[in-house]
Amino acid sequence: MDAPEEPLPPVIYTMENKPIVTCAGDQNLFTSIYPTLSQQLPREPMEWRRSYGRAPKMIHLESNFVQFKEELLPKEGNKALLTFPFLHIYWTECCDTEVYKATVKDDLTKWQNVLKAHSSVDWLIVVVENDAKKKNKTNILPRTSIVDKIRNDFCNKQSDRCVVLTDPLKDSSRTQESWNTFLTKLRTLLLMSFTKNLGKFEDDMRTLREKRTEPGWSFCEYFMVQEELAFVFEMLQQFEDALVQYDELDALFSQYVVNFGAGDGANWLTFFCQPVKSWNGLILRKPIDMEKRELIQRQEATLLDLRSYLFARQCTLLLFLQRPWEVAQRALELLHSCVQELKLLEVSVPPGALDCWVFLSCLEVLQRIEGCCDRAQMDSNIAHTVGLWSYATEKLKALGYLCGLVSEKGPDSEDLNRTVDLLAGLGAERPETANTAQSPYKKLKEALSSVEAFEKHYLDLSHATIEMYTSIGRIRSAKFVGKDLAEFYMRKKSPQKAESYLQGALKNYLAEGWALPITHTRKQLAECQKHLGQIENYLQTSSLLAGDHHLTEEERTYFCQEILNFASQHTDSPGHKVVLPMHSFAHLRDLRFTPANAVVHVGGVLSVEITVCSQMPIPVRVEQITISVHFSVEKNSYRKTAEWLTKHKTSNGIINFPAETLPFPASQNSLPALELYEMFERSPSDNSLNTTGIICKNVHMLLRRQESGAALDSPSGVALEDGPHVLQCGDVTLAPGANTVTFRTQAKEPGTYTLRQLCASAGPVCFVLPHLYPLAQYDVYSQEPQLHVEPLADSLLAGIPQKVKFTVTTGHYTVKNGDSLQLSNVEAMPVLCHAENRAVIYSNAREKASEASLRVQSSDKVTSISLPAAPAYHVIEFELEVLSLPSAPATAGESSALGVTEAQRKHKDTPKAGHCMATTDHKVRRGWDCSACGGGLRSSCLF
Amino acid sequence: MAVCVAVIAKENYPLYIRSVPTENELKFHYMVHTSLDVVDEKISAMGKALVDQRELYLGLLYPTEDYKVYGYVTNSKVKFVMVVDSSNPALRDNEIRSMFRKLHNSYTDVMCNPFYNPGDRIQSRAFDSMVTSMMIQVC
Repeated sequence: MDAPEEPLPPVIYTMENKPIVTCAGDQNLFTSIYPTLSQQLPREPMEWRRSYGRAPKMIHLESNFVQFKEELLPKEGNKALLTFPFLHIYWTECCDTEVYKATVKDDLTKWQNVLKAHSSVDWLIVVVENDAKKKNKTNILPRTSIVDKIRNDFCNKQSDRCVVLTDPLKDSSRTQESWNTFLTKLRTLLLMSFTKNLGKFEDDMRTLREKRTEPGWSFCEYFMVQEELAFVFEMLQQFEDALVQYDELDALFSQYVVNFGAGDGANWLTFFCQPVKSWNGLILRKPIDMEKRELIQRQEATLLDLRSYLFARQCTLLLFLQRPWEVAQRALELLHSCVQELKLLEVSVPPGALDCWVFLSCLEVLQRIEGCCDRAQMDSNIAHTVGLWSYATEKLKALGYLCGLVSEKGPDSEDLNRTVDLLAGLGAERPETANTAQSPYKKLKEALSSVEAFEKHYLDLSHATIEMYTSIGRIRSAKFVGKDLAEFYMRKKSPQKAESYLQGALKNYLAEGWALPITHTRKQLAECQKHLGQIENYLQTSSLLAGDHHLTEEERTYFCQEILNFASQHTDSPGHKVVLPMHSFAHLRDLRFTPANAVVHVGGVLSVEITVCSQMPIPVRVEQITISVHFSVEKNSYRKTAEWLTKHKTSNGIINFPAETLPFPASQNSLPALELYEMFERSPSDNSLNTTGIICKNVHMLLRRQESGAALDSPSGVALEDGPHVLQCGDVTLAPGANTVTFRTQAKEPGTYTLRQLCASAGPVCFVLPHLYPLAQYDVYSQEPQLHVEPLADSLLAGIPQKVKFTVTTGHYTVKNGDSLQLSNVEAMPVLCHAENRAVIYSNAREKASEASLRVQSSDKVTSISLPAAPAYHVIEFELEVLSLPSAPATAGESSALGVTEAQRKHKDTPKAGHCMATTDHKVRRGWDCSACGGGLRSSCLF
Repeated sequence: MAVCVAVIAKENYPLYIRSVPTENELKFHYMVHTSLDVVDEKISAMGKALVDQRELYLGLLYPTEDYKVYGYVTNSKVKFVMVVDSSNPALRDNEIRSMFRKLHNSYTDVMCNPFYNPGDRIQSRAFDSMVTSMMIQVC
């Protein structure tokens, strides 16, 4: 027995608490039995059946045996449960009837009367039988033993209230059996007492709770009552049940706060609304914070005190239950809800006080959890704790900003005053953490002490948080913390450190297409790049921002102006060019060729009209817009003939460029569209088609490895092409929205020209669209002069004069006055001469240019037609009458042609359905000097 | 009621996001974006179990001081995220669930529209007015 003489302290708030059992009767006897008893009692568990449908539990019972005193019995109305004696035991080893009658019976009666007076019915009488003693006594009554007498005298119908313990100190099977019976009895009775007394207590407690709407009801009083129950459960190692009590209190209080917010105020709650004067955080290092408990008992606790105390108790129980991660989760909820409750109750809180409280509490919880888990456990449960880390970081940041620790200049006097006030609210450090080097209290105090210390602590926390987030794959959260850090660095004027965080975050947002965060981060990045002097990057970011519709007009104008200012300031250094991608600046909508088929003859004029939608908020003057052109001499010259030209008048010359998919995620638009072209391969010998197919021209873009680190925003990859062939247009002002820009060019060399790059330059700044797609091409051709002869009717009839149309296509040759067309006559079909013939000259586009008269001179062999002057690439048309003589009908098909022997050779090349076509070469003779101009007219003659 | 409602595509870009009051739009965008971490975590953690139980509601993603963020994921991995004011504790889990169900139904209607291209931003007026009905009117 543990010093039974000493007065018991009123409450023992340690885990060493055990239910109290009093001992009366023979103290010496009990002292001798006690060691065995206290060892044996908890050895086997006992099933505890519970009321209210609660699941039965196996429970290991222990007891604190104290000497019986009347003072120990609870008085009426006493709510204390911890000091409640659950069982009263009377010990005796009397085996002599005389002795029994003389003393023991009286003693027992007295004991019973005291118990009855306090209406305590949980008692047990133990009679210890000792064989050795028994033998010495002679006057044993074999029939009626002492036990029977006691049962008869006291255990009225409750014969089980008296047990016999035989030879307790011997080591025999009988002893063992006797012990077992006794212990089972003892356990049963203890549990019965628990059930009964706790049940009664719970009923009383419920009654008290039901009175909560009555005016005088006090939450603190009720709190103490229900906590008593929690203590008892904790004492019985029923932590789950104990936790339930605290959770109920928690919920009850929360409900009151909510109701208060809804206007249904309870009087007692107003007390919790007193201004917050102390914010020293949670205390989780001792099982019970007596200071706070007394505050609650005295009804002087503030909301934070109550919440802190409640949580500390919950934390202790959860840790007993081996649920540290629930502590972390609940802690976060608690901190959030406390902040909310203070707001709801309109409690006045000095600025920063709550931040201090939350910061200290976060760290306290984390350290408490760390204290009871090993490294590996911590590492595998980061997901549970990282929320607290991040919250602490956030709060420390807020405190830093509040106390002027983040500014470049350091805190001013006002900031210092605020800091002093905040530190005063922390009070003195608690003794239990005084020796801990890294206690939350010390950390906070140090962090607020100087700019440098703050930076160190804040960086430590931030880095730890980012690392944790990253390690559990919460990349977005990590980036978000990183952005805060970047903001901090920007404030500290170290943009070089901020940049990588901003870039990282931006990449993340771009990859997932979050427009607003992209804009915001870009804005921060722009500032950062400006400080860093990264001109090109800054200009690029600016151009993106200037075209960003999520910004206000003013902001966009500002960024646009930044670019223009740069452009105007650096005009003197022509060597250095800043190449920016076009898409942020303007969007090429369409392109139109005139002539529409995009084919011009050498020397002809081609105009290209593009529509550019400027994304800039203000009109921008660009010095030059250029389209670089790729030139290739195409082998297949068919495209370049006038004939092709006349047959392909299909397209209207407009090429539309698809609108860019706006900042949707890169996963969708990082891959460029397929650029597909038809492909023909002809055999070099006879120009027949060998193969045909479709090829993709940007395979290299599509099939390249997806670089994880590829900068989505960087200007790399935009290379300025510098070729000999460019279309230019100078001094253009691009207004916001659609603008039309026209390029004119005079065709020089024949070949195919492909438009490759569009570039708008203002000073050293170039906006480049690196690649035009769909493909825009124009062709320049050069044509030899040609003659085309064609009867007006389907076929020529012999014997009557009929008209034949002559078409001279001048090609690259300019027909001057005096040039003539000489036709070798065929005897069978002479050209009839008239005095007046008229020729019409058409332009290449079949527009009538002029009319002129025609002089025809005919001799035996040759008919000479003097052509009117016509510029190059024009068409001269006239009609002449011919008469076919029927003398040589057999050879009409061939030899009556207006041709020479070459006609037969070319015959097979140009067959045409239903007609026989022959080609012949004539010479245009410019007076007497035909060889000087050297032009050969190629005529086709049709029958 | 909700202060921010977002529909997020399988590829994690926003299909629809709206918040009241509008001046805090950016904050909510960040908040919703960050919450995708937890959505991803929950989806991968539940894995097959989720599919089997047809439980689309992900519950509270994470609380902040002022807001609570709830999540919901459709079978085609389109995510719904809803931000609720913490100072409104009357809002219980069941109500959140039913709000998500409403959202899902309305989203299904949008998807049924033959003129809607899956993956495009949602511009349906019906959807918009349904979202409006779930939000507090801050005047």
